[in-house]
Amino acid sequence: MGVPFRQACQEKKFVITAEIGPPKGTDIEPLIHHIELLKDKVDGLNVTDNQSSVMRVSSMAVCRLILDHGGEPILQLTCRDRNRLALQSELLSAWVLGIRNVLCLTGDYVTVGDHPQAKPVFDLDSVQLLVTVSGMNEGKDLAGNDLQGKTDFFAGAVVTPEADPIEPQIIKFHKKIAAGAQFFQTQAIYDLDNFKRFLDRAQPNGVKLLAGIVLLVSAGMARYMNKNVPGIMVPDHLIDRLASAPKGKAIEMGIQIAGEMIRKIRDEKLCDGVHIMAIGKEERVPDILRTAE
Amino acid sequence: MIVAKRKPLEQIEGFLEGAERVLVVGCGTCVAVCMAGGEKEVEILAEQLRMRAKLAGRRQQIDEVTVTRQCDREYFAPLAACVDQYDLLLSTACGAGVQFLAERFDHKPVLPALNTLFIGVAEGPGVWSQRCTACADCILDQTGGICPMTMCAKNLLNGPCGGTNHGKCEVDGTKDCAWTLIYRRLEKLGRLDLLKKIQLPKDYSVATKPARFTHEAFQKAENQEP
Ligand code: SF4
Ligand code: SF4
Repeated sequence: MGVPFRQACQEKKFVITAEIGPPKGTDIEPLIHHIELLKDKVDGLNVTDNQSSVMRVSSMAVCRLILDHGGEPILQLTCRDRNRLALQSELLSAWVLGIRNVLCLTGDYVTVGDHPQAKPVFDLDSVQLLVTVSGMNEGKDLAGNDLQGKTDFFAGAVVTPEADPIEPQIIKFHKKIAAGAQFFQTQAIYDLDNFKRFLDRAQPNGVKLLAGIVLLVSAGMARYMNKNVPGIMVPDHLIDRLASAPKGKAIEMGIQIAGEMIRKIRDEKLCDGVHIMAIGKEERVPDILRTAE
Repeated sequence: MIVAKRKPLEQIEGFLEGAERVLVVGCGTCVAVCMAGGEKEVEILAEQLRMRAKLAGRRQQIDEVTVTRQCDREYFAPLAACVDQYDLLLSTACGAGVQFLAERFDHKPVLPALNTLFIGVAEGPGVWSQRCTACADCILDQTGGICPMTMCAKNLLNGPCGGTNHGKCEVDGTKDCAWTLIYRRLEKLGRLDLLKKIQLPKDYSVATKPARFTHEAFQKAENQEP
């Protein structure tokens, strides 16, 4: 087993995390394969929480499986499906299962997922969830009651560098820091000049910031994201490169692009590391890392 | 005001099955303003139902009456004299009005002709939009007069989610992102400091259902009631 993610963030010059999506169903064979494949290559494995509001195995269960296989899990926790009782219970449960890192998110809205009729919760928002984690780290629940045994989570949050307008996003970023966020993983970035401008304005001092890298698998996917995913902007020159790849080879170009970006971010010391989201193509993460060397 | 819209005619017609004498009861307040259940709409609905009954060869008497408000008992008095002539009352009030009518005349079936939508405002002719979800602890002082509890799909209290999209909401691209609106309003008012403050979780206990409220001036009187 490697070092805890918190320690990696303190000691390493360049931290790398990757995202794993729990299965929809009980067949965990491919999941275990991905955990085995990635656990020693990255400093932490994020596990999504009913990502895109699609019902799946819970983040906590997969985090525990990662621990069982000697990896370092980062629990993603959203405010969409649980009220404050359930969120805090989840945090205590994660802690007693040995999970030490938590990424606090608002969560997508229910109607984008596979149970659009569900009642959305959003009892807390991401800033309030961070406040909750900080309180539990101090031994208090949200109502001010003492905990018998406190948590000591390494808490993180997300930020969208391409959000428009950016000012309220930056104000919220600082609120998240004030609420206890110690690390950030960003929404996907593709334009490093924009990213630099964001960093200049946001001044992420005192926290670890990992740039989000989403693997592009085709020009079509890039265009789709530009059109449909708020806060993601793939520049035309990258789309052209994907389009110019020979048939069936666009993903190789995507891996190339991701590798180059990671290299640049590392060599130019833009931020503290990267968070790789290969969405369904987890087995290609080692290739991305190899290209980035 | 309360905004509502009429249920599909087929559904309403289904409610009336087996009833020979029906009284359609309109409401002259909110639902009259939003053109769903006032005097005019009651007239149209009753006429449509009569026509349907005739086409289907049903013997059905459908009468109509509109009271000032169905959320106030005093306006029910004139109904008391005639209600017994009917098998069924069809109310075109909001959900609250329907219940009050049903409570007053609890020996008759009282059925809803409308779907109650929200508390809102008239944006323009024939267009209404939601503005308040009656959270019982108004925070509009903190948010530039724009309600995040209602206008933000996720009722966030500390700023926009990552889905804010060039001023639109990720949940529905035709709607404005409440937090972009709040940001712009507070900027205009020179009160961005309000946005920088961490808002703690809302106290939902104050909005426990069903809510009840007695005006101070009447509290004493109520307590003295046997
Ligand atoms: S904060 Fe919003 S929902 Fe609550 S009372 Fe004010 S306007 Fe209504
Ligand atoms: S996009 Fe704006 S209005 Fe929509 S859920 Fe996010 S913060 Fe709320």
